[in-house]
Amino acid sequence: MEVKAAAESKKISEQASLEKRSLLISGIKAGLPIAIGYIPIAITFGLLAKSTGIPNYITVCMSLIVFAGASQFVGVKLMAIGATSWEIIMTTFILNFRHFLMSSSLSRKIESGTSKKWLSIISFGITDESFTVASLRKENKLSPIFLLALNTTAFSAWVSGTAVGVFLATGLPGSLTNSMGIALYAMFIGLLVPSVKGSKPILLVALTAMITSYLIGIIPFLNNLSSGWSIIIATITAALIGAILYPRGVKN
Amino acid sequence: MDNMLLIIIFMGLVTYLPRMLPVVLLNNLKLPPFLESFFSFIPFAALGALIFPGILNSTGNPATAVAGGVVAVVLGLLRLNVTIVVFGGILGVYLFDNFFFYK
Repeated sequence: MEVKAAAESKKISEQASLEKRSLLISGIKAGLPIAIGYIPIAITFGLLAKSTGIPNYITVCMSLIVFAGASQFVGVKLMAIGATSWEIIMTTFILNFRHFLMSSSLSRKIESGTSKKWLSIISFGITDESFTVASLRKENKLSPIFLLALNTTAFSAWVSGTAVGVFLATGLPGSLTNSMGIALYAMFIGLLVPSVKGSKPILLVALTAMITSYLIGIIPFLNNLSSGWSIIIATITAALIGAILYPRGVKN
Repeated sequence: MDNMLLIIIFMGLVTYLPRMLPVVLLNNLKLPPFLESFFSFIPFAALGALIFPGILNSTGNPATAVAGGVVAVVLGLLRLNVTIVVFGGILGVYLFDNFFFYK
């Protein structure tokens, strides 16, 4: 009897580790397009930081600790012109506050019962890109292992790209950086288009967000807003309209 | 230099808190249906806001950016894997840049 029970439990644990492995692999796969998009941007960031005279280890630490594209570029520029610490930190906060919205939305999609420790580790890696990739997964609920693998793939590309940029003697050829600049936008489009194709509510919400963020960019006074605020306002406006017209959510 | 490291740590902190707090606080919470609906639309709204008009400045030339965007839309309509869409977009920009704007 005991032998049988032991064999049974071994089988179960083998199955569990097999499942963990497949979650890990699908997380890495899902992170791949993000990594491709991050590497040229991270290299550019490393080069830019070096050109302003910021020590190499500070630049790499910034990618390790902050892990947020736009605010790192702005941060480096502000450091270079000798802005106050307060100014740099506040700008970073405002630029990245949009993740508050994305994290709130993503919280609905993470397996309930995930421990707070796991949640606080996963959430370090929430970026525009990892959030959109994770949110558009077909699974109803996402496992923390999948999310950690996804985020770590993107994070590794970001940090190693920064290191490469810092140690690179010259920039990448212009035509290559220009072409690769489209990468993350192509990824966003590749995520959005199939969903839009099958759903009128999603099409309406996405178009509303595009028009709103475009208008914010051209209307006087509003166009002084940072890109962080522009994304927040456009996202909230479009999602609100969606929720008012379709109270049952995307699954109409 | 110590000052720079300190600035980075605070930059990290003000970036991490908005990422972490909602996930930790809301994960196990049941929300009213309207909020659930609102949050379910956020990813698609965010994608829209992230794509446009930002894409126009992504390649240094709005025309090549549109070309890459169109390739991505077509590949997206075919429901191809996102990694393929990314490579297609890059290739679209590269070819358009080198053949239509050949100097």
